[in-house]
Amino acid sequence: MLLANGLECVRGERRLFRDVGFELDPGALLHVQGRNGSGKTSLLRMICGLLAPAAGDIQWNGTDIRTLAESYRGELFYLGHQNAIKDDLTATENLLVSETLAEAPVTRASARDSLDRLGLKGYEDLPTRVLSQGQKRRVALARLLFRERSRLWVLDEPFVALDPHAVREVAGIIADQLGGGGIVIYTTHQDVDLAAHQRIELRLGK
Amino acid sequence: MQPPLLEKEGNLLLPFRAPRTAQMNASAPIAAFACVVRRDLLLAMRRRSDVATTLFFFVIVVSLFPLGVGPEMNLLRTMAPGVVWVAALLASMLALNRLFSGDYADGTLEQLVLAPHPLGLLVGAKVAAHWLVTGLPLVLLAPLLGLAFDLNAKSLGILMLSLLLGTPTLGLIGAIGAALTLGLRGAGVLLSLLVLPLYIPVLIFGAGAVEAVAAGLGAGAHLSVLGALLVLAVFFAPWAAALALRISLE
Amino acid sequence: MRMPRRRMQATRSRMAGRINWFYYAAPQTFYSLAGKSTPVFYALAAILGAIGLYIGFFVAPTDAQQGEGYRIIFIHVPTAWMSMFLYVVMAFWAAIGLAFNTRLSSMMAQAIAPTGAWMTFLALWTGALWGKPMWGTWWVWDARLTSELILLFLYLGFMALQAAIDEPRRADRAGALLAIVGVVNVPIIYFSVQWWNTLHQGASVSITRSPTMATTMLWGMLVMALAFWMYCIGATLTRVRAIILERERHADWVRDLKGSPQ
Repeated sequence: MLLANGLECVRGERRLFRDVGFELDPGALLHVQGRNGSGKTSLLRMICGLLAPAAGDIQWNGTDIRTLAESYRGELFYLGHQNAIKDDLTATENLLVSETLAEAPVTRASARDSLDRLGLKGYEDLPTRVLSQGQKRRVALARLLFRERSRLWVLDEPFVALDPHAVREVAGIIADQLGGGGIVIYTTHQDVDLAAHQRIELRLGK
Repeated sequence: MQPPLLEKEGNLLLPFRAPRTAQMNASAPIAAFACVVRRDLLLAMRRRSDVATTLFFFVIVVSLFPLGVGPEMNLLRTMAPGVVWVAALLASMLALNRLFSGDYADGTLEQLVLAPHPLGLLVGAKVAAHWLVTGLPLVLLAPLLGLAFDLNAKSLGILMLSLLLGTPTLGLIGAIGAALTLGLRGAGVLLSLLVLPLYIPVLIFGAGAVEAVAAGLGAGAHLSVLGALLVLAVFFAPWAAALALRISLE
Repeated sequence: MRMPRRRMQATRSRMAGRINWFYYAAPQTFYSLAGKSTPVFYALAAILGAIGLYIGFFVAPTDAQQGEGYRIIFIHVPTAWMSMFLYVVMAFWAAIGLAFNTRLSSMMAQAIAPTGAWMTFLALWTGALWGKPMWGTWWVWDARLTSELILLFLYLGFMALQAAIDEPRRADRAGALLAIVGVVNVPIIYFSVQWWNTLHQGASVSITRSPTMATTMLWGMLVMALAFWMYCIGATLTRVRAIILERERHADWVRDLKGSPQ
């Protein structure tokens, strides 16, 4: 499904990593590890097609992702370092906008349900600027519930700022996705137990 | 902060949503376009002060000119088209900084780039919304300022028409510059250096249209060229701005 | 958009029988090639410049209308030509760099910009010097002068954008896009400035059009134009060498250079 060959990343003067490769089948989980500045985020952005590798290529079902463009982006869900929510919109509105753009089936009711499931009951109609860091992260993570059809999830530090209860909830959502044949690539500095039938650890840097 | 109001405004986001029926949904691009326009309008509504700042800037620049050159009406009347147009140019350039920077800062820009739609289309939507809140008010306000410069009714009409045709072009060209300077230090000044030379044709034909009418000639040729520039900009600028965004996001 | 590496290699082997352009496209080989050819261009520039100035000052006759003051056109016209031509060349290399991801072409574009801006500035300056005795004013809003001024802004914008970006790849690509947008706009700008100028019949004196140009004048101008060509090529190559060294300073071959003189 997802195949990466000889990836090399150069940022400014520094070469962050070289010759990184992997092959992921449906249901596979890739855990990208490494210290700060080892290029984890760069690798994830490369997989999304946001960043061009200095060398190597990434293929989805045997075709370069740059060729696939929009059809690849339709299969992809990316949770970035930043939450990608607008401070001046409410949590519900944020979900309506992001999921409409992603062509996911969303209604006001389903948006509220997903927010409730992530423990944001009562906060659905507040502008997200009044929410705490952890709550904002949950709003961003509520998008996961609409992306079952996205066969590739790329999650950059999904558990950051979450309390243990929310971590378990999100881990459950990820496990469901893996069980349904989705591919998940993630980074985390937290100790979270995720099980998958194919689990790959990738360590960047020395 | 005011839940009932937000709730009401938020409904704006719902009606134009297209149902996802198949992989290739013909109305999906339109829905995405409408979604971005609505989102940006909603955001602008919640930050009305930003819109007001641009307008206020426009008014104050125009009112500075009589103070600088003296209150002689004949002089002011000949200067009016140029003054209003230069002020409109500066005001729309000032507003450009906000076009992408907010989305860049909170990560929504990355999500726009990753959305399964042509990025040029979404950029077009952002420019359209941006024009509605920063360009259109200039068009509507211009006749008022023109009156202060003693322009006659016909000139005022042409002034509005030329701004109506010209300001979208400014926004479209400006989007390229805004995308190129995204996240750079000193982006504001740099943006003006990049964009203002490219604005010159619009300025010449925009102000020229009003001057032509004042001189008793028709403004048809000027307005046609403005229209042609707008068509060119609509076709090429979103594509170029989309490429610029990808370059800046790397 | 980008040429995949594999296809690049295929092209390389296919071309191996003929001239191997990719060999010269590698910064390392280009560095030494440019180093060898730069003195030649500078020497040619000096020789041609001396001949051109001699023709300009001593051979060409005094103009009936403009007296001796017209002789500045031997500098003015070639610099004006170069300023416009270099912008197109810069945009060309930048576009190649953007489309095929070839580093050297982007470096070429970056190296051309200051020379182009310098030529534009010289054209404006000599234009002003020429205008003072002819029109009694340093500056007139003539269509050509105004377009030239806008061209200077375009050069400065390109250089400012590249200077503001730290990451070389982004600087190359952003600059390239700007140069392409600029090159598309230059005809539109020129056309609109012409239109504007004909509408405002204030200063419609054209700067370069003299009634009849003596053959020797024409020759002098052509030789000077060639001299400026050689100078611009030499200056660009010198600068491109500096850029190559700066960008590749961590490469082994640059480290090896430190030991040897050239």
